[in-house]
Amino acid sequence: MRILCCVKRVAAPGAKINVTADGLAVDASHLGFATSPHEECGVEEAVQLTERHGGEVTVLTLGPAEAAEQLRYAASVGAHHGVLVATDGSAWDPQRTAAALTEAILELEAADGPFDLLVFGNESADSGGFQVGVRVAYALGRPIVNGIKGIEVDLENGGGVVRARREIDGGFEVYELPMPAAVGVKEGINLPRYPTMRGRLASKKLEIAELNSDAEPGGQSLVRLHRPRETVTETEILGNSPEAAAAVVDVLEELGVL
Amino acid sequence: MADVPEKAKCVVIGAGIVGNCLVGHLTKLGWTDLVLLDKGPLPNPGGSTGHASNFIFPVDHNKEMCLLGEQSANQYRDLGLSVDSGGIEVARTQERVDELKRRMTSATAWGIEAHLLTPDEVKELVPFVNTDIVLEGFYCPTVSVVDSLETGTQMRNVAVNGGCHVAANTEVLDIITEDGPNPGDRTVKAVVTDKGTIETEYVVIACGVWSNRVANMADAYIPLVPAVHQMADVGPLDILAETNNEIGYPIVRDMDTFCYERQSAGSMEVGSYAHRPIFHHPDDIPSNEESALSPTEMPFTPDDFDEQMEQAIELMDMLGDAEIKYAINGLLSLTPDAMPCLGELPEVRNLWSAAAIWVKEGPGMAQVVAEWMTFGYPRVIDVHGADVSRFYPEERGDDHIWARSAEHFNKTYGIVHPQEQWESRRNLRVSPYFSRQQDLGADFFQARTWERPQWFESNADLVDRYEVEGREVEWDARWWSPITVAEHLNLRENCGMVDLSAFQVFELTGPGAVAYADYLAVNKVDVPVGRSIYTPWLTPDGGFHSDLTMMRMGEERVRIVTGVFDGGRDEFWARRHMPVDGSVSFANITDQITTLGVWGPNAPHVIGALTSQDLSQAGSPYGSLVDVELNCGGRTIEAVLFRISYVGDTGWEIYAAWDDGPVLWDALMAVGADYGLRPTGGGVYGTSGRLEKGYRLMGAELESEYNPLEAGLARPKVKAAPFIGKEPYQAAREMGDPEVSMCVLTVEDLTDSQGRKRYMQGGNEPILTQDGQRITDSHGRVSRVTTAGPGPSVDRHLLMAYLPAELAQPGTDLQVMYMNELFPVKVAGTGAVFDPDDTRLRS
Amino acid sequence: MLLVVLEHDRGAMDEAAREALNFGRGLAAQMGAPLHAALIGADDADLVAEAGAFGAQAVYTVVSDVLADFGPEAWGEAAAQLIRRLEPGAVLAGGSERGNEIMAQIAARLDLPMVANCIDVQADSGAGEWTMTRQQWGGSLLEDALLNSERPLLTTGLHTVAAERAEEAVEPATESVEVDLDPSLARTMVKDRVVLEAGVTLSTAPVVIGGGRGVGSAEAFAPLEDLAAMLGGRVGCSRAVTNNGWRPHSDQVGQTGTRITPEIYIASGISGAIQHWVGAKASKHILAINIDPEANMVVKADWAVIADLHEVIPAIAEEIKRRRA
Repeated sequence: MRILCCVKRVAAPGAKINVTADGLAVDASHLGFATSPHEECGVEEAVQLTERHGGEVTVLTLGPAEAAEQLRYAASVGAHHGVLVATDGSAWDPQRTAAALTEAILELEAADGPFDLLVFGNESADSGGFQVGVRVAYALGRPIVNGIKGIEVDLENGGGVVRARREIDGGFEVYELPMPAAVGVKEGINLPRYPTMRGRLASKKLEIAELNSDAEPGGQSLVRLHRPRETVTETEILGNSPEAAAAVVDVLEELGVL
Repeated sequence: MADVPEKAKCVVIGAGIVGNCLVGHLTKLGWTDLVLLDKGPLPNPGGSTGHASNFIFPVDHNKEMCLLGEQSANQYRDLGLSVDSGGIEVARTQERVDELKRRMTSATAWGIEAHLLTPDEVKELVPFVNTDIVLEGFYCPTVSVVDSLETGTQMRNVAVNGGCHVAANTEVLDIITEDGPNPGDRTVKAVVTDKGTIETEYVVIACGVWSNRVANMADAYIPLVPAVHQMADVGPLDILAETNNEIGYPIVRDMDTFCYERQSAGSMEVGSYAHRPIFHHPDDIPSNEESALSPTEMPFTPDDFDEQMEQAIELMDMLGDAEIKYAINGLLSLTPDAMPCLGELPEVRNLWSAAAIWVKEGPGMAQVVAEWMTFGYPRVIDVHGADVSRFYPEERGDDHIWARSAEHFNKTYGIVHPQEQWESRRNLRVSPYFSRQQDLGADFFQARTWERPQWFESNADLVDRYEVEGREVEWDARWWSPITVAEHLNLRENCGMVDLSAFQVFELTGPGAVAYADYLAVNKVDVPVGRSIYTPWLTPDGGFHSDLTMMRMGEERVRIVTGVFDGGRDEFWARRHMPVDGSVSFANITDQITTLGVWGPNAPHVIGALTSQDLSQAGSPYGSLVDVELNCGGRTIEAVLFRISYVGDTGWEIYAAWDDGPVLWDALMAVGADYGLRPTGGGVYGTSGRLEKGYRLMGAELESEYNPLEAGLARPKVKAAPFIGKEPYQAAREMGDPEVSMCVLTVEDLTDSQGRKRYMQGGNEPILTQDGQRITDSHGRVSRVTTAGPGPSVDRHLLMAYLPAELAQPGTDLQVMYMNELFPVKVAGTGAVFDPDDTRLRS
Repeated sequence: MLLVVLEHDRGAMDEAAREALNFGRGLAAQMGAPLHAALIGADDADLVAEAGAFGAQAVYTVVSDVLADFGPEAWGEAAAQLIRRLEPGAVLAGGSERGNEIMAQIAARLDLPMVANCIDVQADSGAGEWTMTRQQWGGSLLEDALLNSERPLLTTGLHTVAAERAEEAVEPATESVEVDLDPSLARTMVKDRVVLEAGVTLSTAPVVIGGGRGVGSAEAFAPLEDLAAMLGGRVGCSRAVTNNGWRPHSDQVGQTGTRITPEIYIASGISGAIQHWVGAKASKHILAINIDPEANMVVKADWAVIADLHEVIPAIAEEIKRRRA
């Protein structure tokens, strides 16, 4: 299988997000950078698929030169190739991003043949636009379903089928996408492996292909980032021991959930 | 949510291992009305304690670090929060193999069990080590792994049960001080937090990497920098998981790559001191809220770690295929001289520092500070090397802190010679003769901030004249030159001139000056004007705080002259105990005064050529101060001749105005040429000349753990006037002969097992009985080498050490261990081995 | 016209669609335009009536074999064709997973910008630009954005608006619209559904009992399960718990897990890291059980018990049994 994963370099999530003084970007100085979590799982899924079915994983990112770090990280957990579409470091809007990725994929496919599967993150951890994967898949004429938390590939069936599971309340939906196909995956599809030391060291040798894009900006533009107003809650302490259970059950009664 | 009290006796800032243990120890010592603050949550507020690797290797060459590490390890053990995992330092290089021998020597000195292991023996203990690259191992079975968070919690609970108020999530915004009690003094008054202001008598800053920032709030300094120590946790590894415990294999320190491998349950923590120094200003450390893990677990920068990964895989192949589950740029504290910052801050009264302390020494150092606050001095051991008042102003700024910390970070697991000199931040303070000394090829050693010539290449001709031998082993010859021996012999035969401008000179003036000076000193300062005394200053417990010279310059004027290593501590001590009635003023006049020492049989001729002053013992008796005019090549300068000697030959310390220094130097060199006068370095002044006379040095022979009787510095009588430490001093005298005495020993044979002559360095080498037993006294104090060096005039390598009375007899045969080999030594006595009757001084 | 694309699952309207209708009512007023709604793949009187209850004046229905069950491509194409025909001033959907997905499909097909997860929108006042505030980082940060578009495509931030009905229900005009859908669009239609469990789910449970790192192990979740069962609720967990492998990811509450909206969330042994908070904050009430009185979860809770969850949870269960008995 030839699988392409699109990943985004984001400030590492998990802590209070600060905004730069000009309000135009996230201040990642305390956070460091990471691969957006859904996409990290996407890489893992792709690597697992190639481990099962053979083939190679190409990881594509659009971002500043430093985003090469995310490509190397992907390589350290088993991806085979890395491609960087370089930006000037500013945040590109979703339309522009999708256009640039589409161009890049067409270029890669023209050189080395089509990808059987394109793997996107459901949405990025930072800007959360919920659309880049869909736009790219549409532009390339590939079927895509979002919210995927399980993938099986059947290479025997015709041109190949991707069986994808999407979590819903109390169960899951099953989709069958004819390959070549695309999916938007979500964290939970797997527990991504950590790089091994050898993997990390090998990833330093990854040769990263660089592509450029002249995609035009789309209609959405950032004015500023800011923090939502914090709501202050007066917390009523019901007790400091298990004896507080009675007061807890009083609350449950009051709320009518008992 | 939590409020803070409006008043407290003492506020401790920081609830890491140090702050928690400190409130626990203070409570045990009877303190009440304590408040413990931290800006983070409990039990892990987010400082360095929370991510520490929590292991203690008990052997350190440095006495303070070693003994307080051991003290700490035992406190963890006593709480049942420690496991003896054992630990092995492995050598990949021959140089490290030699260092491991030195480790064995230190282990013997401090009484810590240790063994050298063959590669096969290493493999027996740690089967996954690649012994193809290991030459030798140094195994310490008492290496322990501790639970620092739980220890902190339990010690905090001790304090809470004693009434200590604990306020987590409470950030200190300011420390308020007020002027007084004396002009120029400030005293702590209150701590301002985001939950309210606490009026308080004492404040202790125990907030690790943030300590300097908090000290700065009071315009004070705790010279430390938050520095990255990278750590990666890799796993899971079956062989580790199978031990079914937190740690089942000894910790391995891969010394030559500056890394360690420490099992943590099913995975291995690989920690590094090998990467480039990475520092953060305290203001750039994120808050708890801004941190994905904790403020001091900063995002890992893998590029800095790659080389260590390769080396780790080389040592333990299985690590290569284990996943890196957790990796951090963990912050810890570094100081400019690699020692902690303990004690009261010299800038603000009652503002204390308990900082730059790692988990491995936390409980012990907390105890030190608690005792210091309670008794006026620590009791566990002497901690002059960690005393925060040791720093000079040039050592307190970020430029110095960062440069020095950057220089020593990679030496954390390095092989550091006892005489090792710094490369960065040199020439901070130089004497008026600096350019002249440079022209003479001086080899400068830096004493804190001051550059002092150790020997002069211009004296190389003397090496041939006196047929001085070199040293055949590079380690012994490092930071040493045969020239220093030649300079010594020339001084004894002719005359030497020593630059003493680094002396720290203070003056007490005012109607209460003499009485106050007497209050500081054991010996009587109230002597006739023009006389000086040499005297110890004692701690309240009767041990040494310092030894120095005090000069009666006038009816209401006493000059204090002390060595550069202790100038900061002595100045603070002198200021801190001053009466508050305005009767005494203090001034530091170091910058105004330069000092040259001229000693040797020809010294009277040399100085006599510049002055008509009667220089006989009648005209310039020993210990006297004489005001003179010196004719320096046509210029007349005023000077004070102080007849004294630290090298055992007659001569003077010449005190002159700083600006007159160059002409004085030139005049002495000119007239001295005919008398064999040579510029002479600190190797003679501080080591060989001193050693032959058995003169004691503060910080080496003299420590707060020893009293003047033991040091052999007690006078026949105790003066009537009160002084600090008088009662315990008198009590010790009443006990009769001291249990131990400071002795000079001669090394009888320097030849090692390979037939090479070896030269002890004075790095705490243990003195052993003839059957190889350690020698300790009833206080647990060990007999070890406090100073070692050549005795060129007695043709012996000389050592100084405290010995129990029964061994402190001339002629007693003992042994010294050096580089894990034994050499025969003989006790020479408690005094001089050269000219024991001081005939040369009296000539 | 402001057109709201209604998300439903085989005829059951999604909460996010109600939120979008409520939000759309205000936005339509701002635009001075009527509020209309689109029902893709359903022609259901109850759904129409419900849209009316939220103030939709007209409902367009599109049905086709290709729309027989949910399929993002077919739904997106159907909606796109509807929009081309109706030329609404703006299009809105709920910020659920499907809502965002359909809007992305619409945006791709119409080659128009799409702004997801808006919490506040200012319609074009004549300058040719819309401004909006939208969520980034799952709502931890807000972005003020400018939108230059002939036809804004927007979704609302999930659970950032209430699902309030209009003061007066209207009876919507209905129109069934024919669209031309290529049968191949059925390639992304739901093929099958697997029900793993009956009853309430994490996102719909009236009570969620959350457990964090403080629970300590997979086994130690048993008392939480017991309590949840007694209350007809579900157990949720923090990211630390799924990372430790104690619970499946489907139990995770948070930015990358489930956003819950229970009547009460009992968060035990959870410090309240920002990622978790993002998933929990839409709970109507929060009760925290934690030994740390300063834990973020405690500070943000309505009620708290400062004690060990391992003792408190069984005590609550006992108390409930006692009262029921």
